[in-house]
Amino acid sequence: MFNAFLQVVSKELKGAFRRRSDILNPIWFFVIVVMLFPLAIGTEPALLKRIAPGIIWVAALLAALLSFERLFKDDFIDGSLEQLMISPYPLAWIVSAKVFAHWLLTGLPILLVSPLLGIFLSLNMDTYYALLLTLLIGTPILSLLGAIGVALTVGLRKGGILLSLIMLPLSIPILIFSTMAIEAAAYGQSYLGLLALLGAMLVASVTFAPFAIAASLRVSVS
Amino acid sequence: MWKCLHPYAKPEKSYQLAGKLLPWFIIFSAITFIVGTVWGLLFAPADYQQGDSFRIIYIHVPAAMMAMAAYSSMAMAAFVALVWQIRLAEITVIATAPVGAVFTFIALFTGAAWGKPMWGAWWVWDARLTSELILLFIYLGIIALYNAFSDKVLAGRAASILTLVGVINLPIIHYSVVWWNTLHQGATISKFEKPSMAIEMLWPLIIMIIAFAAFLGTLMLMRFRNEILARESHRPWVLRLIETDDAQRLQKDK
Repeated sequence: MFNAFLQVVSKELKGAFRRRSDILNPIWFFVIVVMLFPLAIGTEPALLKRIAPGIIWVAALLAALLSFERLFKDDFIDGSLEQLMISPYPLAWIVSAKVFAHWLLTGLPILLVSPLLGIFLSLNMDTYYALLLTLLIGTPILSLLGAIGVALTVGLRKGGILLSLIMLPLSIPILIFSTMAIEAAAYGQSYLGLLALLGAMLVASVTFAPFAIAASLRVSVS
Repeated sequence: MWKCLHPYAKPEKSYQLAGKLLPWFIIFSAITFIVGTVWGLLFAPADYQQGDSFRIIYIHVPAAMMAMAAYSSMAMAAFVALVWQIRLAEITVIATAPVGAVFTFIALFTGAAWGKPMWGAWWVWDARLTSELILLFIYLGIIALYNAFSDKVLAGRAASILTLVGVINLPIIHYSVVWWNTLHQGATISKFEKPSMAIEMLWPLIIMIIAFAAFLGTLMLMRFRNEILARESHRPWVLRLIETDDAQRLQKDK
């Protein structure tokens, strides 16, 4: 069973590496959106430090939204999603593998480019660690929530905007807790409690979301 | 034990039951609305600080409560729909969603209208206002998702799943915004504590809450009946219903 998980992950990774621009474009978009804010608002380091957590997290949300379409759309169109559904393994298990692979391709790169953003927005080291930790815990939750939205809308012709309408309100708690944690770090306070809350949300979504995703896929593919 | 409920899995039976209950709900909500409004707006004493403008509470609080209540009933219906695969429960979900959205909007609007003279601003980013606004967005998301499917059976199931995802999320959203920021006054009525409100003001409020609940029930029943008719429009029992209705109308015209 674990083998099946690995196989799905490796298939996803292989497919993605054959079309590298699909991975790079959302990251690209993420960096550009973050870059727009200093240009639009002003470049004083104090101001940037104040708004950095919000900018980074909003940009991460938007970048995630752009990348979600890929999660099930191609598989849905070419029919391999149906093949996955009739495989002997539980659908919830298979979709967890797909979401994990999706996080490796979209969440992880965001973590990797985050030092660059730390420099752009003149974050100090403590604040940057907080940013890194919230991204590490928060982006998998985003992937799981987004997967529910994609699974619900994958069969629709114009699912894109609907996906954002469904998903953005649900992701507000992640945004709030993450930016609160980064702000607390910026003021030199402890933010472990907020990280623990984010962690609890991660555990809950890892537990429940695969079933919701599986149920939604069964609605979409029928 | 639940056998008495089994016949109502049939749309026709449920339709008739809703039709029988509907007049009672209408009468009850009309009476409580008249009593509550007149008592609340004319006879309840004015607030020593806020004057007469506190009276908006008689619309605001019941609307906000029923916005939540509508969502909880949707969540229960969605659970029933997904676990026991009962299609009428899906119809309940989708029949309730727009009503809940409108109640949420009423709560937000009256809150803003009260906030302008009291807080000096139409809108503040306070915890309850924000979570109510997010609730409105979730309602709208469910409605939009339902409308996006052309197959209404699939649409109902998708809306039910989203409702359940939302109900897990709503408490988290609520507490996240509570910790994030708070300006709104604490809850005025609570089951477990002594109410922080004069009893002459409280009675009309309770009556208004009951009135709104009955009104919510009325609207839910009406929309439930319409939705059943729309979905079953090709079934013989609906066609018969239309025929008898036409026949009665013809007789009346004569």
